Amino acid sequence: MATFTKEQVKRIGDLAAIALTDDEATSLESELNGLAESIDELNTIPTDGVEPTTNPVFLEAYLRPDIAAPPLDRDAALASAPATENGMFVAPRILGEE
Amino acid sequence: MTEKLMKFSEAIKRFDPVFGLEVHVELNTNTKLFCPAHYEFGGEPNTELTPVSLGLPGSLPVINRQAVIDGVRLGLALHCHVNEWSQFARKNYFYPDMPRDYQISQADKPTNGEGYLDVELEDGSTFRVPIERAHIEDDAGKNTHIGGADGRIEGADYSLVDYNRAGVPLVEIVTKPVTGAGEKVAEIAGAYVREIRDIARALNVSNGKLEQGNMRADVNVSLRESPDAPLGTRSETKNVNSFRGIEKTIVYEIRRQAAILADGGQVLQETRHWDEAMQTTAGGRLKSDANDYRYFPDPDLAMVHITPEQVEELRATLPEMPLHRKHRLQKEWGLSDFEMRDVINAGALDLIDQTVQAGATASGARKWWLGEIMRESNAREVSLEELPITPQDVAEVEKMIVGGKLNNKLAKQTVEAVLKGEGRPGDIVEKHGWKVMNDDSAIEKAVDDALAVNSDVAAELKAGNMKPIGVIIGAVMRATHGQADAKVVSGLIIKKTRV
Amino acid sequence: MSQKSELVTLTAEQMSAKLRSGEISARELTQAELDVIGAAEPSIQAFLARSSEEALAQADAVDKRRAKGEELPDLAGVPVAVKDMIVTKGIETTAASKILKGWIPPYDATVVARMKRVGMPILGKTNLDEFAQGSSTENSAFHPTFNPWDTTRVPGGSGGGSASAVASFESPLALGTDTGGSIRQPAAFTGTVGVKPTYGHVSRYGAIAMASSLDQVGPCARTVTDAAMLYDVIAGYDDHDSTSLPGKLPSMAAAAVKGARRDLKGLRIGIVKEATGDGFEPEVNASFNEGVELLEGMGAEVKEMSFPNFLHGIRVYYVIMPAEVSSNLARYDGMRYGLRVMPPAGVPQTAANMMACTREAGFGPEVKRRIILGTYALSAGKYDEWYGKAQRVRTVMIQDFAKAFRDIDVLVCPTAPTSAFKLGEIQDPATMYRNDIATIPANLAGLPALSIPSGLDGSGMPTGFQIMAAQRHDDTAFTVASALESAFTEKWGAPIWTKMKTPWLDSMPEE
Repeated sequence: MATFTKEQVKRIGDLAAIALTDDEATSLESELNGLAESIDELNTIPTDGVEPTTNPVFLEAYLRPDIAAPPLDRDAALASAPATENGMFVAPRILGEE
Repeated sequence: MTEKLMKFSEAIKRFDPVFGLEVHVELNTNTKLFCPAHYEFGGEPNTELTPVSLGLPGSLPVINRQAVIDGVRLGLALHCHVNEWSQFARKNYFYPDMPRDYQISQADKPTNGEGYLDVELEDGSTFRVPIERAHIEDDAGKNTHIGGADGRIEGADYSLVDYNRAGVPLVEIVTKPVTGAGEKVAEIAGAYVREIRDIARALNVSNGKLEQGNMRADVNVSLRESPDAPLGTRSETKNVNSFRGIEKTIVYEIRRQAAILADGGQVLQETRHWDEAMQTTAGGRLKSDANDYRYFPDPDLAMVHITPEQVEELRATLPEMPLHRKHRLQKEWGLSDFEMRDVINAGALDLIDQTVQAGATASGARKWWLGEIMRESNAREVSLEELPITPQDVAEVEKMIVGGKLNNKLAKQTVEAVLKGEGRPGDIVEKHGWKVMNDDSAIEKAVDDALAVNSDVAAELKAGNMKPIGVIIGAVMRATHGQADAKVVSGLIIKKTRV
Repeated sequence: MSQKSELVTLTAEQMSAKLRSGEISARELTQAELDVIGAAEPSIQAFLARSSEEALAQADAVDKRRAKGEELPDLAGVPVAVKDMIVTKGIETTAASKILKGWIPPYDATVVARMKRVGMPILGKTNLDEFAQGSSTENSAFHPTFNPWDTTRVPGGSGGGSASAVASFESPLALGTDTGGSIRQPAAFTGTVGVKPTYGHVSRYGAIAMASSLDQVGPCARTVTDAAMLYDVIAGYDDHDSTSLPGKLPSMAAAAVKGARRDLKGLRIGIVKEATGDGFEPEVNASFNEGVELLEGMGAEVKEMSFPNFLHGIRVYYVIMPAEVSSNLARYDGMRYGLRVMPPAGVPQTAANMMACTREAGFGPEVKRRIILGTYALSAGKYDEWYGKAQRVRTVMIQDFAKAFRDIDVLVCPTAPTSAFKLGEIQDPATMYRNDIATIPANLAGLPALSIPSGLDGSGMPTGFQIMAAQRHDDTAFTVASALESAFTEKWGAPIWTKMKTPWLDSMPEE
């Protein structure tokens, strides 16, 4: 059974906040199914009792002292924003029929 | 939209309520959880940012040691098991106030595991609230909604985002489903959150001000037919930010869900929010796979290691817990449950304790804080702490009374002057030249004068009618500028009018 | 050859000597490189942005300090190019993506700050596959980069810009980032040296994240010693990066100098059996085998070793990498910087729709493919089966390597299965991904690995020889690489780049 259906690709697109076009969803479906088949071969490798790795080099977290450093200048923080107002970033309305 | 509600008493009779709370406590560290930006409530928008808290490309989080220490101390105060290894994980979802569009939280390896908190109820009984975990995570920024009604998100045209709060450390304390609360369900929930607030303040890990967003809670409520039945479908009411709101949310949800279930309906698993203006909860989005947060260990952060020795060191730094302290002080001060409740409700516990520690008697301290000073705080609509009088001031006044330097009337004048901002009690007394008159002949003369001037009153007193004695006392006090001891004065009057 | 082309074909080490002796000034050298860039860019297109003014100002500052008699670091005044995946204060940084176009960072990456402190003029920002995702630099949103050895061919990727800039003498040194081979495979394709340090030896602060547990910044150069000198500048503990390894590092330049003595007696070398046979072009294998013979000739003991999981690395990689990508690239949402695209008319103008339209318009096909794959790998139904499994196989691979490094000092194999292919030749993603089959395992296991040129194939294109060492043994890899480079150069009679035609240098105007 194929791992991905086109509907699923679109649903994942929603989760990833990408408004995929129909054509993109179609080509992604076949490409991703090819990759999924290859990835599924990982299940032939025994890993019982093996711990998962997040960082390849084992390290304890460094905990920094609670000392403040100068903040970004507000103009610098806002300089690249697509839209600002009163020193704040403008977001389009948050609620609305989807 | 008005929802059908069942009377609370009936709902409790027919269903067994179960609740759960996710209480977010904002830590009062100097800098944010993952970057050295200092945060202060009310700062100019977007002035408390580093590349990390703004989520700039290439920026990386580095854990604040103090936030971990505070988190562990809070966990220990809640009797949590502190995990030797904990791990931060990314919670992925898109929202305009999230600079990275993922929150750095903890998933299957939280810093604090299971614990509990005993809370005290009005009737003096205690109830144990089981805690599932208390994990550390960072906060999001703040949206201001423009257009639409009174700044609400509904109907707004757009929003303005201030990322100052983004990255501020939170400890999220998650209860297990709390069962067996019955009709006391709201009281238990309220007492639990208040107790957490008191603990956080006692530990000095949070300012604990709900009105400044230092604490907020997600409230889960479900109903079931009986205590033996499996848990029912729950609703989750997000971001309730007052004690009363939390209690009312629970009551409202029980009444709403009971009405649905009694009609044979099904409770939807959904996210709701508490509407303070309407005093209702309102439905939001349905919980579905649209909320797949895709947690995974944050590869930017290594595992946090807290050794058992470090845990014990931190445990040793815990102060006396608020509930224990309350019981101890009540006993030491010899107060009834009622009297103690008044002290707590007035928010005067710490002030009275500090006043006693500064040398006053408990009853003296309590009299001032719950009397004169309380009236002033009500009149000015500010908290006791915000008035220009300190426990040291009150203790000083009390000591002057005990030492005979002030009588009650002068003491009251002194406190009033301190509240007016005239300075410290000793200075005020000296400035005004207030002192209790010890010169008996001078008082005697003043009494004689007063009796002579008010000869009709004097006649009545001599006739055995003591009712108008206040007239003479008042005249004497006026003549001596309040410095005479009222007891001495009345003794003299009685002596002089006895036939 | 003109005087200027003689200057720019020097190694960084030689430039450094001439700067120190006062034979040339930093300004002269920097201007010469800027001139080469001017002459070469029409045919190479290695750069996305040039920072000529900043570079000359930095050069002048070095000259001034030297004139005052200050003792300066070795690379003071030696110019460098920076992959546009690395943040530079005041210089546009795009990750070769439309979504970041126009972004001027308000801060410097740690590696950039360290190079500035040393006094290395920054020539500009080099091209790459969008967000470092690709193996040919064809995925750049702006333009491709061409291989200086044959401009109909790709320079590899994702760091094709840095590799081509170094190969074409536009810069003696460059910075790259390597997540699955993005420094080493382009080095192999362009006849240059590329180094991926031990995970944690070079700070990632300011390197735009692709896959955080795999990314490392590293040097690109024409010689092993040059690469080692740049490594010494950028490496070392940084408290802005939680995954930075504490402790002092040995000098890699010293390790390279030691290697140039070509005494490898007692050194134990393992050949990765799985990365030498099928799927690797015969000519790639042939030049690799020549390298192995040279190593044996210098006294090393060589044996073949089997790593049954080595070729599974690519499968592990294509779960973990896209998973991290999907999360790391979430922040490009049209709110704080970069592109914003509002929904078309008729679609509700909400924040969520704005984000989805911005990301649809701003990301290229390869980036979207990986985000979708990674989002899926982390989703509720698939997490254990894919992500959890991949993390466990990753552990097994790390253990396999750790065990092997008890018996050997370095592991070797060809860097890539082929030499550089033609632009447009590979369309299928899965075929493209296979380019990194030999480089990915070092990223998964956090190993230091580098690629040096091993010769030219029948079409005159360079091939690469990869050397991997145990975690934290980067110096061993440099020693072996330097020895082999020296042996190869002696065999060829001259460095490999002397075989490259450089019409842009010949046409350069003299002042």
